[in-house]
Amino acid sequence: MENRGIVIIGAGPAGLAAAIRLDELGVRDILILERENSGGGILRQCIHDGFGLERYGESISGPEYASRLLEEIGKRGIECRTGSSVIDIGRDRVLTVASARGTEIIKAGAIIAAAGCRERSRGAIMIPGERPAGVYTAGTAQAYMNLYNRMPGRKAVILGSGDIGLIMARRLTLEGAEVSAVFELQDHPNGLERNIVQCLDDYSIPLYLNHTVTEIHGKERIEGVTVSEVDSITHKPKAGTEKYYPCDTLILSVGLIPDNTILERAGVIIDPVTGGASVDEHYMTSVPGIFSAGNMLHVHDLADYASAEAEAAAENAALYIEGKLDTGGNIRVAAANGVSHVVPMRVSGNGPFTVSLRACRRERNRKVEIRQGEKVLGWHFFPLVIPSQMITVHSDAASGSEDIEVSII
Amino acid sequence: MKRYTCIVCPKSCEIEVSWSSAGDLEVNGNGCQRGREWITNEIRDPKRTIASSVIVEGGEREIVSVRLSSPIPRAMIFPVMDEIRKASVSAPVTAGDVIIENVLSTGADVIATSSVLAKED
Ligand SMILES: Cc1cc2nc3c(=O)[nH]c(=O)nc-3n(C[C@H](O)[C@H](O)[C@H](O)COP(=O)(O)OP(=O)(O)OC[C@H]3O[C@@H](n4cnc5c(N)ncnc54)[C@H](O)[C@@H]3O)c2cc1C
Ligand code: SF4
Repeated sequence: MENRGIVIIGAGPAGLAAAIRLDELGVRDILILERENSGGGILRQCIHDGFGLERYGESISGPEYASRLLEEIGKRGIECRTGSSVIDIGRDRVLTVASARGTEIIKAGAIIAAAGCRERSRGAIMIPGERPAGVYTAGTAQAYMNLYNRMPGRKAVILGSGDIGLIMARRLTLEGAEVSAVFELQDHPNGLERNIVQCLDDYSIPLYLNHTVTEIHGKERIEGVTVSEVDSITHKPKAGTEKYYPCDTLILSVGLIPDNTILERAGVIIDPVTGGASVDEHYMTSVPGIFSAGNMLHVHDLADYASAEAEAAAENAALYIEGKLDTGGNIRVAAANGVSHVVPMRVSGNGPFTVSLRACRRERNRKVEIRQGEKVLGWHFFPLVIPSQMITVHSDAASGSEDIEVSII
Repeated sequence: MKRYTCIVCPKSCEIEVSWSSAGDLEVNGNGCQRGREWITNEIRDPKRTIASSVIVEGGEREIVSVRLSSPIPRAMIFPVMDEIRKASVSAPVTAGDVIIENVLSTGADVIATSSVLAKED
């Protein structure tokens, strides 16, 4: 068994940024474990620009953002073991790692879990009909085009308005395919506003809200889809609104969910709303010494934010291995009016903290308020809140044991 | 009055523009100066950057990802895409390499955003 200081799972923008921060703090024994044969995470296939505005002050592509981080890792001599998949985390932070070399057992002083998320697929959304070829998740279609130079099809319909779907609508159009429309079940788009503007509006691709695919046609290969309008509250298809769209490709961009099977096995409590670990303000999970950040904790719109969150987790992990992390009390942080979820889900009461949240609805001129009983711990005014954009608000330290409520008012 | 979503940074500010009776442009809602510059251009001559990929000869991978070094007029997007589709490079390619200089005289270069090593025989 190998004994290591801090082990980071995943070499995406979160994991790599955490490693760099640890090195800056003087932690010398760092090991990154990455399943794929190269680091960079999902950014390797995100060739569009729009990354790095926060971290580097300029708009660069995903591969460039990843290689800046990887270069820094190389320069600092931080060990990144690729082709190494963490398959289990047992008691006392003992990791089981599978690689071409066989199975390795590693004991970590602390773990930062930053293994990203996965795409919801068709099975998760249950469209009746045949199972023909030509139905892809947006991320798979993106990998086909951007990594392997394979065009998914010539005439596409996109279900779901997540960022990957929007980016793919533009990419397919630029490469000469026709994108008929994007259909979104909800009454608001799922992706960033800027992507609606520069990926759909620019190319006159229509976006239909409160619409969904109700049937897939075709035997071997998809030939078309039936689309229906849905009720804005129940999301049930409305009879008589069906419309047929011929297509050879259906791209599903119906959302991302953190992938936490390995943390669950380690006994970490998972938040039912985010699908990620339940963490305190130090990004520590319910199992001491296991931290989580990035898309594995909750889905981020921006790599820059995933990196920044992982740096914060790294700072706390560094304190933890020195026995200096004061975990203190256990005050619950709850999503209240107009808020769909919050991170962290609990705080120690030992100091100020930052709350990340998402709004339930698109609303103008709203205040995000963090309140404990009668006391307002923090607030911020926003001219516009949109569900697709993560919001962060700073808060003063809490005290006592009463629940904290985060609301949009 | 017209509303635009600024696409310069992820804050996605909603910018409202209107013209005063004297014909001056009035801009509201921009969170920063970059947004003001952007909207002034957006009204006159909207510009965009694009990303694509270019065929690599003799490389470990078939393609290399590319982007434009600076935004181009929206009307130039498809003509520039045609140029990108026609281009090819020989491995090795290093991120930052200029693949097409000053493409269609737009002032923007097509640059590689990743690296591709030469294939070992
Ligand atoms: C299509 C698309 C477009 C986007 N557009 C933008 C944009 O324009 N601008 C922007 O800033 N952000 C954008 N994002 C968001 C950004 O890419 C993510 O927020 C960011 O990649 C999250 O980083 P991460 O490190 O948490 O996860 P990831 O990048 O997913 O990295 C996780 C890593 O963990 C590895 N891993 C998983 N399981 C294991 C295991 N068991 N053992 C070992 N390793 C494992 C994976 O192989 C992967 O390398 C986009 C995302 C997508 C999908
Ligand atoms: S106005 Fe400034 S802050 Fe607002 S989106 Fe544009 S660049 Fe960002």
